Amino acid sequence: MITTVSQAVTVPAEVLADDVPVRVVSADVKVLARLADMWRYRSLFLGLVRKELKVKYKSSVLGFLWSLLNPAFTLLVYWFVFEKVLGSGIQAFAIFLMSGLVVYNLFNYATMNATGAVVNNASIVKKVAFPREILALASVGAAVVFFFFQAIILVIALVAMRYQPVLHSLHYLPLVIPAFFTLIVLCAALAVLLAALNVYLRDMAHLIEILVGVAWFWATPIVYAYSEISTKLAGHHLPAWLPLLNPLTDIVVSFQRAIYAQPFGGRPASALKSLKPGSSLLKSAQLLPNTGDWWYLWHVLIALGFSVVLLFVALTVFGRIEGNFAEEL
Amino acid sequence: MATPAVRVEGVSKRFRLYHEKYTSLKERIIHMNNMPHEDLWALADVDIEIGQGETVGLLGHNGSGKSTLLKCIAGILQPTSGRILVRGQLAAMLELGSGFHPELSGRDNIYLNAALLGMGRHDVERRFDEIVAFAELEHFIDNQIRFYSSGMQARLGFAVAVTFEPEVLLVDEVLAVGDENFQRKCLERIQLFQSQGRTIILVTHSPDQVRVICNRAFVLDHGKIVGQGAPGEVIRIYRECLLRAGEALSDSLTEEPVVIEMEEAGRAVAGGSDRMQIGAVSIEHSRSPEQAYLISGDPLRLRVGWRAPVAVEDPMFSVSIFNPNRELVYAANTDQLGVRLGTLQGSGEVVFDFDSVPLLDGRFAVSLGIQVGGEVHDWKEQEHYFEVMNPSQVTGQLLLAVRVRVEVDEPLDVPGRVQIDQGAPR
Repeated sequence: MITTVSQAVTVPAEVLADDVPVRVVSADVKVLARLADMWRYRSLFLGLVRKELKVKYKSSVLGFLWSLLNPAFTLLVYWFVFEKVLGSGIQAFAIFLMSGLVVYNLFNYATMNATGAVVNNASIVKKVAFPREILALASVGAAVVFFFFQAIILVIALVAMRYQPVLHSLHYLPLVIPAFFTLIVLCAALAVLLAALNVYLRDMAHLIEILVGVAWFWATPIVYAYSEISTKLAGHHLPAWLPLLNPLTDIVVSFQRAIYAQPFGGRPASALKSLKPGSSLLKSAQLLPNTGDWWYLWHVLIALGFSVVLLFVALTVFGRIEGNFAEEL
Repeated sequence: MATPAVRVEGVSKRFRLYHEKYTSLKERIIHMNNMPHEDLWALADVDIEIGQGETVGLLGHNGSGKSTLLKCIAGILQPTSGRILVRGQLAAMLELGSGFHPELSGRDNIYLNAALLGMGRHDVERRFDEIVAFAELEHFIDNQIRFYSSGMQARLGFAVAVTFEPEVLLVDEVLAVGDENFQRKCLERIQLFQSQGRTIILVTHSPDQVRVICNRAFVLDHGKIVGQGAPGEVIRIYRECLLRAGEALSDSLTEEPVVIEMEEAGRAVAGGSDRMQIGAVSIEHSRSPEQAYLISGDPLRLRVGWRAPVAVEDPMFSVSIFNPNRELVYAANTDQLGVRLGTLQGSGEVVFDFDSVPLLDGRFAVSLGIQVGGEVHDWKEQEHYFEVMNPSQVTGQLLLAVRVRVEVDEPLDVPGRVQIDQGAPR
């Protein structure tokens, strides 16, 4: 099925000796050359992100405000349902939830939009030559922007609730930086891979809706806590680290540790009704690992290593089948 | 030739035509590696070298592979084998305004489109006013593109593409957009590019455009280069190709022969009357027989053989010449030419000597007839052809001898009078 393997790259002009760069269109893929090519087109990346944001809120009255209202409302609903109606076993559930949800939302938005990125831009792909990975990466870029809107809501919530724990373990806060970076690499890798595969397998979009939209959400400790699930796994003589194989889990627990900041923020089930939130009369249930300061960073770095490898694979796959995009669309 | 700006080395491109397209996961798995398809070689081992500063035309009928070649050079499609080297910045205008987003304003679209061509934001900012002015959209630049007419979009697309002065510009059939005014501006811009020594590759259906703009051309037919050289020569080959393609087409259509009614000719006589018939006809020119065509302005000799078993008194021979569009360009008979043929019997030839054929290029058909006393004895309707090649850059139908000079009524600093004499192009 895949017959041509090629890519336009900038190479030193040893063939036609002069100072002007020579572009070669032929059967050769080198990931580094592709990355260099993408870097040359960085203004296209910014342009596409800007376009995605502008188009999304074009001809709407509130415009960018929607990006704030949407997560705020989600937060409100989850808080109401889980804390007031169902009664969650987690103190300050809204903060706990939001710390994980911002991560998942970025992941979800990026992969969902990237899946259709090449197919939906068929008109450009067929008429203009540029590194097409940028179409997929622009979805990640837009997702990052929305992430920051949600982060604003999270900060507002922290301030509004006068949330103390985060101040008590400030040294965990820098953890969000490597975790966030890992998240972006992971998203970029999946975005590039899915965008390419979707050209050949058009029902990829539906698959991703189920896989990422439902399965991956519940497989990640966002509405429940990591320690709850790992304890249960240990109870069944399964390895407790099993959920950490999901790189998103490593990222989410790091965010939760840094922002929610209460490894023992669970309410004992028996005391659930009688205690006020924040009370520490009884020993609380464990939510997050509390196995030393370096545990989180170590796991984030493992996830980062995995993501980098995945990105490399994704770029290779994309490069191999990109040559046929213009025909397949 | 200077250092090559574009070098195409043994490039082939295969398209797979699937009888049925399987794009869902289920279908892909069911038909794994077993999708019925035909291979179509859109390009077969093409080698081209285009020097810096050349303007090259790619001609070819529909499906000849010329657009595929252009897309390969642009890097949109990648060759199945072979490789292409392009020196310097390249801009491709395959479809003007592709990548425009209807919801965004003209301003935003300029930035986006320029980025798509690989331009940085600062470059665009610096030349923004120039782009807008060229596209003549000063009043609409902040309107959404969806309110633009297609001509306005094309203008904007062209303006963005040409403003960044690529070393190599690829143009595909886009010069036909916009009104005449804008077309003239496009041509001017292309001429400016030429004078700056930039390389231009033009794909077009219009031989006239190639003649006017290009200094070299290629003809593609079924993915192969079948002709290259100076535009005039290449256009002739292109016409031949078209003709062959047209013949193949009409063969398959099993069409009825067209019966042309000729009022002037009275009733048509099939095979000639028994009194007088047209015999062998030959068309000679100074370059025949080595060269199948003549050059505009060359002399032409038309020999019309005749047979008359019985004596025929005062027959009248007529000649009509039709252009490629089957429009009459010339018609005359011996009476009108003031020639009395007298009484003819046996066989012989009537010779028409044209001192000069001032026709521009194309394949011209000749109709011949013999009439006696108002009665048609034989008629050959467009059975004979001659071909004219126009090596010059002028276009139209006729080669007119012309001299051009400039007259300055009030010379300012320049003493004397500038005079440029130019003979008819040969």
